[in-house]
Amino acid sequence: MKYAYLPWLILFLPLLSAAVITLFTLRNKTVSSLISIGAVAAGFVMTVLFVSANGLHPAVSETAVSWLSIGNLQVDFGLKLDALSIMMLFVVTGVGGLIHIYSYGYMHEDESMARFFACLSLFTFSMLGIVLANNFLMMFISWELVGVSSYLLIGFWFEKPSAGDAAKKAFITNRLGDFGFLFGILMVWGILGSLNFSVLQDKVAGNPAVLGCFATLAGLLVFCGAMGKSAQFPLHVWLPDAMEGPTPVSALIHAATMVAAGVYMLCRTLFLYNAEALQVISYIGGFTALLAALMAVQQNDIKRIIAYSTLSQLGYMVMAVGLFGPTPAMFHLTTHAFFKALLFLSAGSVIIGMHHEQDIWKMGGLWKKMPITSKTFLIGNLALCGVPPFAGFYSKDSILAQAWTQHNYLLFGIGVLVAALTTFYSFRLFYVVFLGKEKSEAASHAHESPLVMTAPLMILAVFAAIGGFINITNNYGSQDYGSKFVGEHEQLSIGQQLLEPLHSIGPMICGLVAVLVGWLIAKSLYSNVSSDPLPAKLGVLATWMKNKFYFDEIYEATVIRAHDLIAAISGWIDEWIVEGCGIGFIRGGTNLSGRMLRHLQTGNLQTYAFIFVFGVAVLLYFVLGK
Amino acid sequence: MHVGLQHYLAVSMILFCLGLLGVILRRNLLVIYMSLELMLNAANLALVSFSRFNGKLDGQVLVFFIITVAAAEVAVGLALIVALYRKRQSAHVEDLTSMKL
Repeated sequence: MKYAYLPWLILFLPLLSAAVITLFTLRNKTVSSLISIGAVAAGFVMTVLFVSANGLHPAVSETAVSWLSIGNLQVDFGLKLDALSIMMLFVVTGVGGLIHIYSYGYMHEDESMARFFACLSLFTFSMLGIVLANNFLMMFISWELVGVSSYLLIGFWFEKPSAGDAAKKAFITNRLGDFGFLFGILMVWGILGSLNFSVLQDKVAGNPAVLGCFATLAGLLVFCGAMGKSAQFPLHVWLPDAMEGPTPVSALIHAATMVAAGVYMLCRTLFLYNAEALQVISYIGGFTALLAALMAVQQNDIKRIIAYSTLSQLGYMVMAVGLFGPTPAMFHLTTHAFFKALLFLSAGSVIIGMHHEQDIWKMGGLWKKMPITSKTFLIGNLALCGVPPFAGFYSKDSILAQAWTQHNYLLFGIGVLVAALTTFYSFRLFYVVFLGKEKSEAASHAHESPLVMTAPLMILAVFAAIGGFINITNNYGSQDYGSKFVGEHEQLSIGQQLLEPLHSIGPMICGLVAVLVGWLIAKSLYSNVSSDPLPAKLGVLATWMKNKFYFDEIYEATVIRAHDLIAAISGWIDEWIVEGCGIGFIRGGTNLSGRMLRHLQTGNLQTYAFIFVFGVAVLLYFVLGK
Repeated sequence: MHVGLQHYLAVSMILFCLGLLGVILRRNLLVIYMSLELMLNAANLALVSFSRFNGKLDGQVLVFFIITVAAAEVAVGLALIVALYRKRQSAHVEDLTSMKL
């Protein structure tokens, strides 16, 4: 393997950048941002170099140094280099790099821009850690680091109470998932005696029944981690609130990379899951997709609509993994990173143009005022809806085709319904924001953003347009996902990839009809309106959608109440049993004897002299007197 | 009457007890200090008598040491008492109770 040191550099450059910014250049905005952008851009260049030298399947797929050796626990600090991780390297450094550049423009007015870039670099390091990890422990550590940097970035404007609350909510919800993840890891280690992915894969492939009766449980516990990070039902509540962070953060962490980490982890550990676990995973994914799409229909905050669509698309990916389809899942993950980052960044550009207004019913008529942003937004929208030949069409179609070929018609139906809903709310957003009349003073004074923000938009727009047929599926399809998933994919040329959806014509037609229906409804309802006509038509259902099906309220009433109750009981036990009887007894005894003994210390010199002499006399009596 | 070792030792013991009583009972720092000197000299007397009756000079050498050390001790101690008096306007042990609870 040539350039074996490059992956290490790619991994550690962002960490170095975060450290340098925090320690030395916190006062200087420009230098800090350039260091951070440089680190991730260098990472991208090195990824290209590494792939051009070694290809997607390097001869040596792991490079490791021994890190921990306790008893029979051997943990390496190692990097896994195969098609899966290298393609993710492209996504993280490429899309991440563009978002870094965009942030330079977006955050330019902010006083603490240096801190922002330090956190961004820390995040990039942690995300690369997840992608490159060759064992569960290293992945878990990076997993937690990603949680920390997400916490720091959501709460970046910590002077706003809502941002602080959202950061805490995201962190704690993720902790719940990570708790299960940790248990899953411990269970796998306890049964199989190793944490290394390749070793585990060999063991499971050699004897599929090696996990015994724990197979389903271990798989589902590890899936808990993905449930938290990828915001799957029932832990989906944190992602919409996370939009309190700056928009580039929403694009990088809560659309393109971090939330995709759960799906990536599922693909990385695919060998662990048996059929039952995969079935649960697929239904959770499908349910999340439907639920989030329904919620998105009645939101009025531009970023929240995109956040719910992210949830829904993540549901798609998880569903695809559950349907024995890691390749469609990773394909959709990659195209989603392109078009969702594009949508978020375009939304950010709109927000800046509107002077920090996020309510879509105060926008309108921006098509002419923001010529570049509106066009990139449209491309992102078309890709999200799955209009051919944009990227989303190919990846979404591959997921629908996967459900079709697995004969899971319920999930296929959900997928088609979600596709229709996606188109509906996307074009609702588009019609209300960019077309029609200006609905506020700010909208009539909106202006286009500077080039440093629009240039990344244009680059991402190109990828959102052509991402569907530039060899992405081939690369993911060449990955060895374990014995259950081998040998389904042949290499295709670009022309063949363009026409790939024609192989399963049924799903393609259903998907296209769904898109058409969604668009027609959105067009008839939302062209040239100044307020939302839907609540009058749907009645109670619209209120439910708008209030996110009252999940926050339900959690407030059940989980948080129960938690408060447990806390109160623990508090009582601590106060009366532990403190009162246990510690109180010892403390009281010490106190009492102290009070008694202190009377010996009179503070009178002559008393001491007398006691001293008396002592000497007693000693003399015993030594000499007998 | 023949004066033997035990007479000297008796005098020395009486002096020592007087000094000790002074240290324990008197309240004035200067008097306590003089009582301390009395105890030292009682010890000196005992040492000299042992030296005389044993026919060796060891005890007398020790006495010289004690006198020297006592002189140094008086210099330091008196200085401390004077300093204390200047600060507190008193040389009575009842007034020196800032360490008391």
